[in-house]
Amino acid sequence: MVVTASTCRTETVFDYSWKHVVSAYWNRYPNPSSTHVLTEDTIKREVRDGKLYSRRLLSKTNPVPKWGARFYNNLPVKIVEDSVLDPVKKTFTTFTRNLGMKKIMKVDEIVVYSEQKDGRTLAVRRAYISSQVFGFSRAIRAFGIERFKVNGNKASNGFNYVLCRMFPQDQLTSVTTTSQSTTAASQFGDVAVATTNAGSTSEALKRTAKIGYEFCKCHASKIAQLFSVRN
Amino acid sequence: MNILISGHRTRRYRSMNSIGDDCNELKKQYDACFNNWFSERFLKGETDDSVCAPIFKVYQECVKRAMREQKIELREIETDYSTGTEYDNNNTASGSKSQSGQSKS
Repeated sequence: MVVTASTCRTETVFDYSWKHVVSAYWNRYPNPSSTHVLTEDTIKREVRDGKLYSRRLLSKTNPVPKWGARFYNNLPVKIVEDSVLDPVKKTFTTFTRNLGMKKIMKVDEIVVYSEQKDGRTLAVRRAYISSQVFGFSRAIRAFGIERFKVNGNKASNGFNYVLCRMFPQDQLTSVTTTSQSTTAASQFGDVAVATTNAGSTSEALKRTAKIGYEFCKCHASKIAQLFSVRN
Repeated sequence: MNILISGHRTRRYRSMNSIGDDCNELKKQYDACFNNWFSERFLKGETDDSVCAPIFKVYQECVKRAMREQKIELREIETDYSTGTEYDNNNTASGSKSQSGQSKS
């Protein structure tokens, strides 16, 4: 079993109070950057120990072209979002994951929204991307990560739009800062798999790898974005 | 180009669709109730959430029905995030047709 994962961490500061951010969070769809989000449902919700636990189901369009359908079906992608909100500590943590297609790419995201000393809201987002696609998982993960980096600043635009619409008077004036760092971790499977298959089939493998690599390059970033809920 | 900012004091929420076409109206009612409860009560320290419970129940029944109809695997959704051992369970199942043998009726 080849299971490897890459992680990516981004920080975003919203120029709104924590209360405004969490209130807007439940209303962040639709927004101009979220046209790919089709549906949104709350499927579980309870207050336990003073904290609000929610589970929501989102579905998003699948921008995969027809020829990609032989690799995976072309239905809307489902995403589950679990969250815990602590109104006393003022922390809000969301966990999201995709349903299905996990062999191709599994994107787990954890976002923690907390109050900064200056009254603004800090969102720390960590994404864990993994893939079980034979031999190509490193490339798939790499391109998945690329997409996260590229979208770093664009990421919060949709949410900011909703915040601005809901709380037009309450924006805190300050410069928004975004920092990013990426680390790749635990790559233990790929090499071993490649060497055990070396030999008479190596040429065929190389060819396949090349095709696979191009396929990855085109689509891994798309898939990563699809499974992500950042917009 | 300026974003249109409405002058309403009462916040108007635009609502996303539900996964079930016939659940949209219930979802809208529940979301309105929840948003009000969340900002006016819960964030102000009140933890009693019974005010939206009746509408939530009806809305849930509708969504669960829609999910069953669309063969969305409840089993997979119910996997607790913190267990993190999906690989062990889903090796054989991912990408295959939904196993509806155990679904509640």
